[in-house]
Amino acid sequence: MSKLPVYLDNNSTTRTDPRVVEAMLPFFTEHYGNASSRNHPFGWEAEAAVDEARDQIAKLIGATAKEIIFTSGATESNNLALKGVAAMYRKKGNHIVTTATEHKCVLDTSKRLERDGYTVTYLPVDTDGRVTPEQVRAAITDKTILVSVMMANNEIGTVQPIAAIGKVCKEKGVLFHTDAVQAAGKLKIDVIAMGIDLLSLSAHKMYGPKGIGCLYVRKKDPRVRLEPIIDGGGHERGMRSGTLPVPLIVGFGKAAELSRLEFDTEVERTFRLREKLRKGIMDALPETYLNGHPTERLPGSANISFAYVEGEGLMMGIKDVAVSSGSACTSASLEPSYVLRALGVGDELAHSSIRFGIGRFNTEEEIDFVTKLVVKEVSRLREMSPLYEMAQAGIDLKSIAWAAH
Amino acid sequence: MPYSEQILEHYNNPRNVGSFDAKDPTIGTGLVGAPECGDVMRLQIRVNAETGIIEDAKFKTFGCGSAIASSSLATEWLKGKTLEDAMEIKNTEIVEELALPPVKVHCSVLAEDAIRAAIKNYQDKNELTADIRTESLVTA
Repeated sequence: MSKLPVYLDNNSTTRTDPRVVEAMLPFFTEHYGNASSRNHPFGWEAEAAVDEARDQIAKLIGATAKEIIFTSGATESNNLALKGVAAMYRKKGNHIVTTATEHKCVLDTSKRLERDGYTVTYLPVDTDGRVTPEQVRAAITDKTILVSVMMANNEIGTVQPIAAIGKVCKEKGVLFHTDAVQAAGKLKIDVIAMGIDLLSLSAHKMYGPKGIGCLYVRKKDPRVRLEPIIDGGGHERGMRSGTLPVPLIVGFGKAAELSRLEFDTEVERTFRLREKLRKGIMDALPETYLNGHPTERLPGSANISFAYVEGEGLMMGIKDVAVSSGSACTSASLEPSYVLRALGVGDELAHSSIRFGIGRFNTEEEIDFVTKLVVKEVSRLREMSPLYEMAQAGIDLKSIAWAAH
Repeated sequence: MPYSEQILEHYNNPRNVGSFDAKDPTIGTGLVGAPECGDVMRLQIRVNAETGIIEDAKFKTFGCGSAIASSSLATEWLKGKTLEDAMEIKNTEIVEELALPPVKVHCSVLAEDAIRAAIKNYQDKNELTADIRTESLVTA
């Protein structure tokens, strides 16, 4: 093994690609101008670098450079998309449609908008984590101004039928936003073909630096307008003021370019490693369950529940692997994952879930190591689990009057 | 979250994992917690009917590392104690011994509940109530 622990938490964040860091470095110490400085070469070269990055990012999603609005990350992008549209189109309507499994920054923004007098419909998902275009169509009213559905889920990797939802939104004349943070570099994105009006991206999920993201804001058919949430010098077509962090933007652009150029090989490679891991674990261990859609899912993602073993307990056993769990014990809330709950996964299996996220820098050797370790630790913990013993003895765990605490 | 050396030691080398026959009259079984809450402990004691001393203890736990360590530690402490002394084991002592962080205090509470439930089960099976303060069996 090259290095322990093995990093398999790539849905959380990714290592910045060394090629990205290399591209960024000159913009700290040599080309450190303010991209808004119009009267000297420092400003000009900064602006040129930002323009190139805008173009690199636009190409990844089939947009044009002028449609990219830089933000501090996808949390801000999602806030800007929802709040910006809500404020700008208030006269047209006050209804927003989203789903139950969106990222917290969409759900919490939605809740704030509800407090401010908007109405939000949270579409339920099926047991694979998907919504249908028909559900979206049925939810749209004459007051609806925005539909926001994530392209792929961060916890379970389920991919939503974005193009079909985009088509419904176009027919109904409603703006369509998608949080594509997890999808970038892993799914083909074309904002025109998919009918997307607003799209959020984050650099650090695609091997770029933390602290930079963007919102794609469509310029024509229709021209989308937004009320800014940060006021100031009128940067970014007035939608997001603040001096542009040129080194981060250059890194974001480089990361987008690498994701585009290496798309086919990367998708194929991470998918192959994911399947090797998934099969290796699930074939060796009975009563393991893949959470999310079996095929409509991100290539490198596997979220697996291990019956009779608690997720955080398992994470301690596989401490040489960096993963995350849907177990409540990993959060302060004592509630298991709301995403798994929305799928109808029972709380006991939600507590038993581990999210594996394979990325660009994972090797086959690492996957073999992790597979063996997980199988060994789950087996050990099951021998220690009263639930496993009871299940083996044929006792229906649901028949027991557990004292919830 | 960083774990203490003591938690890791019990997690990696748990003491007294296993089961006794719950139907045996010398055995007391305590099963506490709930799968949907993410932790279930089963603690069993074997009691010498003559002396009232716990001669052996075993556990199985579904839960996080702190829950496993708390129940492992509890079995160690139970062995050799009288039922009366075993009733005196407090969750705060487990917290201290394992250096449990505040968010894991509930694991020690569960272990204390399991100890009391096992003792009560033994007493109920053997119709013993004298001397033991059964009112304290009411769990938090």
